[in-house]
Amino acid sequence: MTQPGHVEQPVGLANLPGAVLNYIRKTFVIVELETRKLVHDPIILLTRAVQPALWLLIFGQVIGRLRAFPTGEMDYVTFMTPGILAQSVLFISIFFGISVLWERDLGITHKLLVSPTPRTALVLGKALSAGVRGIAQAVVVYIIALLTGVKMNWNPMAILGVITTIIIAASFFSTFSMIIACLVKTRERFMGIGQVMTMPLFFASNAIYPISVMPSWLQVVSKVNPLTYVVDALRALMVQGGESMFGLGMDYGIMLAWTVVLVLIGGRVYPNVVR
Amino acid sequence: MAILETESLVKRFGSLTAVDDFTISLETGNVFGLLGPNGAGKSTVIKILTTLIPPTSGRGFIAGYDVVRRASEVRRHIGYVPQLISADGHLTGYENLLITAKLYDLPAGTRDQELRDALDFMGLSDAAGKLVRYYSGGMIRRLEIAQSMLHRPSMLFLDEPTIGLDPLARKMVWEHVQQLKSKYNTTILLTTHLMEEAERLCDLIAIMHLGKVVAIGTPDELKTAIGTENPTLDDVFIHFTGDSLESGGGYRDTARTRRTARRLG
Repeated sequence: MTQPGHVEQPVGLANLPGAVLNYIRKTFVIVELETRKLVHDPIILLTRAVQPALWLLIFGQVIGRLRAFPTGEMDYVTFMTPGILAQSVLFISIFFGISVLWERDLGITHKLLVSPTPRTALVLGKALSAGVRGIAQAVVVYIIALLTGVKMNWNPMAILGVITTIIIAASFFSTFSMIIACLVKTRERFMGIGQVMTMPLFFASNAIYPISVMPSWLQVVSKVNPLTYVVDALRALMVQGGESMFGLGMDYGIMLAWTVVLVLIGGRVYPNVVR
Repeated sequence: MAILETESLVKRFGSLTAVDDFTISLETGNVFGLLGPNGAGKSTVIKILTTLIPPTSGRGFIAGYDVVRRASEVRRHIGYVPQLISADGHLTGYENLLITAKLYDLPAGTRDQELRDALDFMGLSDAAGKLVRYYSGGMIRRLEIAQSMLHRPSMLFLDEPTIGLDPLARKMVWEHVQQLKSKYNTTILLTTHLMEEAERLCDLIAIMHLGKVVAIGTPDELKTAIGTENPTLDDVFIHFTGDSLESGGGYRDTARTRRTARRLG
């Protein structure tokens, strides 16, 4: 039922490079938006630092004395330091979705969705900004590791690898969180689900003990758990003598695949949050 | 030329028909008021036209673009100030504008000047560097209108622009809306409960009730239509919506309205 004056011709593929560039640019505008908020309110980052500090300074020191886990030549605190960084990235990312619900209640989401910004760029931008928060966590973990004498790997390439790992990990956990938020739509339900998700992900991973000590059924679960691959990559890159169990190629392959799939789903469900 | 056209828009949520057979045509430069009790379907109409939700059936066109099939072009042509607060309280007024400018691809070379002009136009230059969470309700609304106008949309949607504002702040918002019309010839669709607001701002008014348009015309035409002597727009409203002024709007609507009012007030 096209009427005169109505524009109907489809958009061609000729301007694909421009579209890709536009997509990247818009993604980083969202990263900028979220980062500017953090700069105005850095207290959030400090309060988030308490939890990894407790794990490393108390749990790590106590369990380390037991020598309960076969961590090879590596002492226990060194073994768990990458695990705790992965855990704190998981924790800040998995509750990231609640910000989407806050912004929905405020009307900020409406504003973003009415702008000519690709939906997945909105989601990816938010996901990457969770990575910015993750890097702040890494700084805290590195400082504690220095203070407690953990032998860190200071090779610049390794540190770059750690940063990359954190950004990817934060991206897919936060996107997962945003998807859940967009599906359940209320803060109360979301908080419940967030609590239920974090602990199984954490305990069914190699973050604070090697997979080899797990019962066989849990070993299977841990190999499906994306956190395992995050920890595996971090352990290889962060500490001296660290080794990857699966190989960095596989770690990154799995993490990136998760990210792409989740961002695509996220782009589909994000507009639902205002409906 | 008609900037906005709709053909029998219908939106159903389950068994509830929120918008029923909504057909209008709006000329460039007009200010169009959508009036009606809570739950009449005003915000749903806006959400359909701003591409936030698809209609169940029917079509809508803005500047000739279909709001469903050509949503991204529609988004370039419209500005939208939601009933809720859309400015980010954790950023300064300037930063809010800056992010919007970048999302709408304003050229970097002239961007800063445009943002300064926009702040100046809305009387917010002094507060530009202040976090928006310390703004008053009226300042937030003016900032939001500035944000929504940065890319010079041909059509602006204002969903209850003065909800929760005190009379002084309300008057200031009105003045700015009138200036938008005179300075940029922007076509505006706004929803309101306030008859005074509709009378001051709107060239054309439609009254909605239970999802349907029950009356449409200029304020004077509507007054004439009800046939009583010296009617006010309030009389018109009551005439067309009956005793239902308080019947619409569920718990969620009420909670949202009060929340917005509290934040702005």
